[in-house]
Order: sequence, then C-alpha cells, then structure tokens
Amino acid sequence: MQDAPTSIADLAPGRDAVQVRWARRYLNWIGRRILRLISTVQGLGAFGLITMGVIVTKFKSASHVVHPLIRAQIHRAGVRLLPIVSFVAMALGLAVIGQAVALLSRVGATTYAGTIMVTVVVRELGPLITALLVLARIGTAIVIELGTARALGEVEALEALGIDPIHYLVMPRVVGLALGIFSLTVYLILMALAGGYLFAFLQDVPLMPGDYFSQLAAALRWEDFALLALKTCAFGVIIAVVTCYHGLARPLRIQEVAEATTRAVVEGLVACTWLDALFIVVYLLM
Amino acid sequence: MHLAGRVVHRRLFADVTDPAEHEPWTLNFEPDYTAAALEMLNACVAASHAPECAVIEGIDWTVRVGDFWVVGGSSGSGKSDLMATAAGLLRPLRGVHRLFGEELIRLDEESFLRQRRRAGLVFGNEGRLFNQMTVAENLALPLCYHRNCDAREVRARVDEILEHTGLSAMANRTPANVNRSLRSRVALARALALQPELLLLDNPVRESDPAQRRWWIEFLSVLCAGHAVLSHRRTTIVVATDDFRPWLGAGQRFALITGQGWRTIGARADLSACDEPLLRELLHEETSETRG
Repeated sequence: MQDAPTSIADLAPGRDAVQVRWARRYLNWIGRRILRLISTVQGLGAFGLITMGVIVTKFKSASHVVHPLIRAQIHRAGVRLLPIVSFVAMALGLAVIGQAVALLSRVGATTYAGTIMVTVVVRELGPLITALLVLARIGTAIVIELGTARALGEVEALEALGIDPIHYLVMPRVVGLALGIFSLTVYLILMALAGGYLFAFLQDVPLMPGDYFSQLAAALRWEDFALLALKTCAFGVIIAVVTCYHGLARPLRIQEVAEATTRAVVEGLVACTWLDALFIVVYLLM
Repeated sequence: MHLAGRVVHRRLFADVTDPAEHEPWTLNFEPDYTAAALEMLNACVAASHAPECAVIEGIDWTVRVGDFWVVGGSSGSGKSDLMATAAGLLRPLRGVHRLFGEELIRLDEESFLRQRRRAGLVFGNEGRLFNQMTVAENLALPLCYHRNCDAREVRARVDEILEHTGLSAMANRTPANVNRSLRSRVALARALALQPELLLLDNPVRESDPAQRRWWIEFLSVLCAGHAVLSHRRTTIVVATDDFRPWLGAGQRFALITGQGWRTIGARADLSACDEPLLRELLHEETSETRG
C-alpha cells in the first residue's frame, strides 16, 4: 500500500519536485528573516522604552557616579572626533558646496547658493554623515566593550551590587551620544560651509562673504534649527540604543562579540537611514 | 496633647531624621538570630544560560541568621545558578524564595533592590571584577553609587576593607595585574563594601593554594562570628563548593546538590551518618567502587 502524499513536493514528479523544494527553501529563508526582523524590532523597541524610562526616572540618582560618565561619553563621541569631523567637513565643503557654487555662478544663479547649501548640508548630509562617523567610530567600540563585559559576567556583578546596568552603562551612552552628535553636527556644518566658501573663493567665484552668509541666513528657518536638534539627538539615541542592545541585551560569549558588532552597525545604519527618510517627509510637509 | 503629637511626629519621621538611617550600610541594631535570612520552599532553580530549564528541583532550605552553610555539588551541578538565585539575580522557576522574610517576587522594584542589597554575592571564576578599574575603584564603585558621592569620600572605608582583607598593596592594580588566586579575595572585599547581612560565595577557594585556603576559612569563620570590617555584626554565610574537606571545620550546616535534586544533611555530626555517595566523593574518600 502506498503512503499518502504529505506535501506538494511529493505530488510533483522529477524536476518539478526539485524546483518546489528549492522554492520552499527560499520561502522558509525569507520567512525566517522576516521573523528575525520582527523579533529584533520588538527587542530594540522594548530596550529603548526601558532606557527612556530609566533616563526619566533616574537621571538625577547617583549623579556623582553617572554624570561624570555622561561627560566622558560626550568627550568620546564629540571632542575626540573633532579631527576626523574637520577633515570630512572640509571634504564635504569642497565636494558639495564648492562645486555647487561654482556651477551656479556659471549659469548666473548664485542667489540660490544659500538654499542649496541649507538643503544639502544643514538638513541632509551634515547630520547623516556625522551620525555615520559616530556609528563607525564609537558605536562599534560600544558593542565591543559592553559585549565583552556581558561575556565576562561584569553585568551580573553590577546587578549583584545593586547597580542598575541600564542606569550605569546605557544611560550615559544614550545621553552622551545624543549631545555629542548634536554638537559635532553643528561643528561639521559650520566647517563645511566655511570650507565650501573657501573653495569657491579660490575658484574666483564672484560671491562676496556678506552675500553668501545673508543667503544662508535667508534660507534658514527656525524649524531648521529645531529639526536639526531633534534629528541629531534622535540619531544619537538610535545609535546608542542599537549598539547597547546588541552588547547587553542577550547573553554573549566572547566569540559572538564580533558578530554582534557587525549586526549592530548594519542595524544602526538602516535605522539612521529610515529616520533620515522620515525627516525628509517632515521637511517636505513644512 | 502637644507633647504626644511631637512624639508621634518624631516616630513617624524617625527614618528621615535619624542620621544613622541615611546610611543603609550602617547597621545599628542587633539582628534577630532566630529569623530566616534565606528561605526556599519547593523551589526550582533555572539555568542562567537557559532560563526555561531546571537545574535543581525541590529545594526546601532555610538559612537562619548567623548560620554558616556549606552546599556541595559536583562541577556543572548548578551551584552558581543556586547562588545567583539565592541572591535574587535569577528568578526561581517554581516555588517560594524569601530573603529576610520577604518574598522577592511580591516586592515592588525599589523594595526588591533594597532587599537584594542585604545579600552579597561573591562570584566564582575569579570574582567577575571590573577589569578596566583598579582594585580600589572596584570597591569604591558600589559605595559611591549608593551614597551618591565621589571616590575621595569613601577612600577611608575602601582602605579599611582593603586592610582587613590583606589587599592594601594591590589597591592601585587592575585585576589583570592581581594574582589569579587573589582575585576572588578582591571580589569578597567588593561584596563587603555594602555590609551585607548574608554573604553567598560561589566556590571561593577553587584556585587557591593551601595558604590562601586557610586565610579564607579563617576570615569567613571570624566574619560569621562578627568581624571588625562589618562592625562586629554576625554575618550569615553560604558557601558553594565542589570539595567539602576545607570547610569541615568552619561549616555549621551542610547540604548537597544530588543530580537535579536537593538534600539537606544537617549539622557537622550528621555527615558521618549520611549515606549519599556524592558526599563521599566531595570528601574525597575512597569508596568500594573506586577501590574495586
């Protein structure tokens, strides 16, 4: 007596059966990826909410211990990145602003220079490039140091001493990165605008500094300042939450730290890009 | 009436106005030695790496204030998970777990943390020290965090603990530069910083030489009877070990983790009457099977 077919693959003979099996394997793979994405988003959301709760309720507690850590994180994600940010800002100024101003002067449209610069540098590239620099330089270091601390059992040791790991390890990083990225972005924008004008000046573009800065001032609105602050702080919070989540939230072994770092960088990059896209919509609605 | 009102007012705000109460690590009362420091009733301990799996089941265990317990079990039997559960770091899968009379699962977060701080845990595996800090900073961290002060203000207390534990010379070294066998001692010093009433130690003498082992047993015996480092207050001690021999003199009560089960042996005198093969193993006695 023949066994009853249990799946489509059993019904399909020969080559078709192989194709069905392959199709099912791909569908399984896609399903697993979707489930993993949902689980990651859920975990990140929960971790982010817990962190926000701790920041709101415990910001002032143990301030003699935690506030110096916040200052250290601002120094790490801000002051120590000034050289590389200066270099990138000059490059950005030369590549984007210098080229744009030179091109606009050729078609006699230098009055639009301010608008282009504000749109490109202040609203888009400045915050995003700064966030990606901080993700690459500081985000990776955060996953490694927290992942190692988790793998060596230091997080349990903190809990055993009555120290809240979210308060002691995560809160300083979230606040420090938010303030660090905001300050760095302001610095990068100023450097890029100055660098761009320097390039244009060297190219003999007929644009006086007074005209240049008055165009910038005219193109800027108060919403730009508010949204810049909001966007950069949100980038900082996202990078800190994603990297701390991958370093802390799950039990890690030392050999898993490298993989967690890669995953955190990719997810941080995707999250920052999505947030940037969201802000583009906000700017378009303004 | 006015006087009575003042008395009531003073009582009501005694915990706020009494300066000693501002420092929870300063105990100004004599503990009740008949009360239970730790109680586990029909408890089931979960594995830290797989929280849904049970490693020890059916634990009925009461640790009285001032007791010195030694819990034996072979490697991988779940001693570390038991210690972490007893300290309130892990939640038991089933059963009741009380610390100083309070069932931890029923407490709100603040009361839970306050209650848990009364128990100190010395981890095995070199004590899980904070590697980026010096020994003195390791000790100062919990004090500074709970007192909300900077390291200078707790310097005297840190020095005092380091002196009592014989670690003064290592105050400015990082754990990586401290002898492996002394790292557990640093972990003990760090746990003592918060003046715990119950001290749980996970295999503290595992990597120690005989001299170190003698120091540990002597120090813990004095700590149990009342040591100057904890203002001569008696401390309840629970040691988890895979070798009973060093603890036979110091331990007052004994228990075993047998497979996935729990067996309370009782006092030192009851050890000889116990027929559990694991006990012979932990005492490193030759059994008929090993001889055969």
